[in-house]
Amino acid sequence: MADVVIVDYGAGNLRSVERAVVHAGIEPLVTSEASQIPGARALIVPGVGAAEDTMAHLRQGGLDGPILDYIASGKPFLGVCMGMQALFEVSEEGGRHECLGVLGGRIVRFPFGMTVPHMGWNTVHVDRPHPVLEGIEQDDYFYFVHSYHGAPADPSIVIGSTEYEGVTFPAIVGRDNVIATQFHPEKSGRSGLRLYANFLRLALEHGSIAPAATAAS
Amino acid sequence: MLTKRIIPCFDVADGRVVKGVSFVELRDAGDPVELARKYDLAGADELVFLDITASSDGRASVYDMIRRTADQVFIPFTVGGGVRSAQDVRLMLEAGAEKVSVNTAALERPELIAEGAKAFGSQCIVVAIDAKRAADGRWGVYTHGGRRETGRDAVEWAREAVERGAGELLVTSMDTDGHQQGYDLKLLRAISDAVEVPVIASGGAGEPSHLYDALTDGGASAVLAASIFHFGTHDIGSLKAYLTGRGLPMRPVTPQ
Repeated sequence: MADVVIVDYGAGNLRSVERAVVHAGIEPLVTSEASQIPGARALIVPGVGAAEDTMAHLRQGGLDGPILDYIASGKPFLGVCMGMQALFEVSEEGGRHECLGVLGGRIVRFPFGMTVPHMGWNTVHVDRPHPVLEGIEQDDYFYFVHSYHGAPADPSIVIGSTEYEGVTFPAIVGRDNVIATQFHPEKSGRSGLRLYANFLRLALEHGSIAPAATAAS
Repeated sequence: MLTKRIIPCFDVADGRVVKGVSFVELRDAGDPVELARKYDLAGADELVFLDITASSDGRASVYDMIRRTADQVFIPFTVGGGVRSAQDVRLMLEAGAEKVSVNTAALERPELIAEGAKAFGSQCIVVAIDAKRAADGRWGVYTHGGRRETGRDAVEWAREAVERGAGELLVTSMDTDGHQQGYDLKLLRAISDAVEVPVIASGGAGEPSHLYDALTDGGASAVLAASIFHFGTHDIGSLKAYLTGRGLPMRPVTPQ
């Protein structure tokens, strides 16, 4: 059983995520085997591509149930880009697609007329401090590439936000044992590596990424 | 605020960087990994590797190069050159490239763009367009380094490429490339006005003001250049300071 499991659901480029974890000194397991998920102490769902394909791959691979069970167990979870969007209830990308429903709200498109994808380095404003962001500066730069963004039902899940052409959207969301980024920390230089290292350290040393647990430790 | 991107470009053959990199302080100026790390630290926002390997035997070397680069470089990089099929795209992405650029093969078989976008997402499919000004003031699309005319109009091809699923366009002017007299601003503006996706300006950077012009008058989201970086004419940090001073949003170079 591997401590750190990266879920491979056939969306291509997982190598950079794997390398970011290795950079933190941990050898992760990259797997499409649902049976590997329950034993993980830190679960990472990365992803690129479209919502419909992502959800289809997760369901066909029998991965959606184990991911939901894992999150319900309270162990630390990190979602990246499509791995963040999949946590919401519904994505409007290419129609209307049911997602995992861990977080209330929808995934919506940037308004037409804007340059999309939103591609490149943008600042993340930390709205609420979080232990996973320790050592990362306010309004630090991260690498984004996406055409849709989260519209949470509950604004209190927004940990960091980003503005693009007048639209402010959640860059980091989370609650309890779940944290997820719209940007790609594995492509965001030192700040992104820091985020991975923080997440992994908290998960493996404390078994929790929740702010309260860190305060108590 | 979304920052404008500065993208150094390398020509690689048989897994080695070729053609005029005379950057200082490198043990091995041909090692793509060392160069990529150097430019990452210098403040590059992304990197582009263009594989110009002539022999088919040497083509496997590009995958090894991508893997070695992805092991050590945590900023996005695009790989292009000789991409013929969705399987080529897959192998490059799996090796660790963030994006794959397609050019000739997409002109010969435009379905390639949609195949790549469907399988891996538009965000990783860059269509490179080599354009040359025609007598009527429009621009034709060329291949083979500007030697072969395709008969396509560059602005129309840009529009079609985006409709088929391109997430970004890399627009090179064959007229200005290599002259260091500035990018073709009219070409850039015509294409950036025609599409919603980001446009990378390429061909002609010589002075800091050329980058500014491409990012403003040209409507580009990013500027690509080779020789001004590789010969140490301008370092990325001072270019970013210059562009910031002129009011453009740039990601600052953080001290190491």
